[in-house]
Amino acid sequence: MRPLAAQVTAEVRMTLKRGESVLLTLGIPVVLIVFFGSVHVLPTGSGKPITFLAPGVLALAVMSTSMVNLSIATGFERGYGVLKRLGATPLGRPRLLAAKITAIVMLEVIQAVVLVAVSLAMGWHPTSGAGPAVAVVLLATSGFGGIGLLLAGVLKAEVNLAAANGLWLVLLLVSGMLVPLAKLPGWLAAVARVLPAAALSQALHHSIGLGTPVPGWSWIVLGAWAIAGPLAAALTFRWE
Amino acid sequence: MDDGVAVECSDLVVRYGSVVAVDGLSLQARHGEVLALLGPNGAGKTSTVETLEGYRRASGGTLRVLGWDPGEPAGHRALVRKVGVMLQRGGVYPAMGPRQALHLFASYYDNANDPDTMLDLLGLGSVARTPWRRLSGGEQQRLSLALALIGRPQVIFLDEPTAGVDPEGRITIRQVISGMRSDGTCVILTTHELSEAERLADDVVIIDHGRAVAHGTVAELAGAGRAAGITFASQPGIDVAALAAAIGTDAVEVTETAPGRYMVEGESSPTRVAALATWLADRGFAMADLQAGRQSLEEVYLSVTGREAHGKDS
Repeated sequence: MRPLAAQVTAEVRMTLKRGESVLLTLGIPVVLIVFFGSVHVLPTGSGKPITFLAPGVLALAVMSTSMVNLSIATGFERGYGVLKRLGATPLGRPRLLAAKITAIVMLEVIQAVVLVAVSLAMGWHPTSGAGPAVAVVLLATSGFGGIGLLLAGVLKAEVNLAAANGLWLVLLLVSGMLVPLAKLPGWLAAVARVLPAAALSQALHHSIGLGTPVPGWSWIVLGAWAIAGPLAAALTFRWE
Repeated sequence: MDDGVAVECSDLVVRYGSVVAVDGLSLQARHGEVLALLGPNGAGKTSTVETLEGYRRASGGTLRVLGWDPGEPAGHRALVRKVGVMLQRGGVYPAMGPRQALHLFASYYDNANDPDTMLDLLGLGSVARTPWRRLSGGEQQRLSLALALIGRPQVIFLDEPTAGVDPEGRITIRQVISGMRSDGTCVILTTHELSEAERLADDVVIIDHGRAVAHGTVAELAGAGRAAGITFASQPGIDVAALAAAIGTDAVEVTETAPGRYMVEGESSPTRVAALATWLADRGFAMADLQAGRQSLEEVYLSVTGREAHGKDS
């Protein structure tokens, strides 16, 4: 247990010490909530913008941590030979993976506390859908994490850095996180619906935004990515 | 293990696709012994060490590290607790300082060395909080060595431990390696620098094109090979034919290799050295720089690999 706890602590500490990680996982989400919650320019419909923004930005925060942050950090660890070196210690790969997953979940809890607090201050009234919300976040974390490790495991660290950030931006735009899916052209919305970002944002809009059941397609898409992502990563990951 | 052998491989073959990196290499190292794998870049040193570390699978031959096969899962699980590894480069979180890295690695082992003692031992106290990527090359190497030592290994593999290290850092690293030897650790290191092998190692295996081309203690290697004869310096223009006739019963050849430098070919027995000294003394000639029967490791290296020695540093 001691190596695992030490590894989790190190992973969390390294993320919180990395300026760009804090910006990505906390800074940008907070700015998005405060800015678009105050300046009503997004096509979020007739209700208060924060009702749409809070779940959408929470979904973005999950994607930032479990996909982008994990991918970039792991890519550089691979490039610097850290993963190779750890392979020759008693920590072992299963415990390294467990530590990374635990660290992601801990960071997501920190994000949720901060972003919910900011959203409440902006006048958000969440509905009681926390149970399904936690479930979809865990599924999405698995799917995003798999995609992140898929990129980190095959691309060079610098290429992966660009790819992960690029993917983050594309998914941000076509995910229903900031812009409702209904505002997208039909074909784009159709593509978005099979991606984990839109499935997560719609699930959170329903569960904690509107207080309605999570749509079936969200469960299916998130469940499929939760299995396919890590599987693809496991099949292609190169440790050095 | 009763015979004290800690690491052993015989007829090791390592292939990458159609490229043969290691081609039938055998070696053996005991507890409390420092074995250097010496050879030019690309000779197969790293491939050999990384196979012994369990990173690569052998395409042929047998391996034993502390009685285990490092390529087998069970062997790997047992050996990660008993073997220390220093990679040729990298291996540390770029944003992590020496103290944090040592504490983290110490947590992986049941009975680790004290991280702060290791910081002092490797002279890293003044940069304890400096991120890895901002350390000098020498500091990075010393931290890698400290991390390899943190778990009190019985066998330690060091891939080019002194490459890119300043002279002061080299002294520290040599002291640490000699301390490990005294503690009974089996140390296997690679180097492409002759002087490092000569300073650090009890035993040297010279590797070229994936094969062991020479093997022995530094003294054995230097004494073996072609007969080294006797070299000495005196005044220029000595009558070498007369000298040859005086010191040899058989046909001895003496040549003046450079003005005032002489080479006596053939055996280098004390009798011959004495005859040489007497002949010179009778004529009132000086004698200096006498060397009998010993080539430098560099000469051995050049003769067995047939190529230029690499520079002093990488």
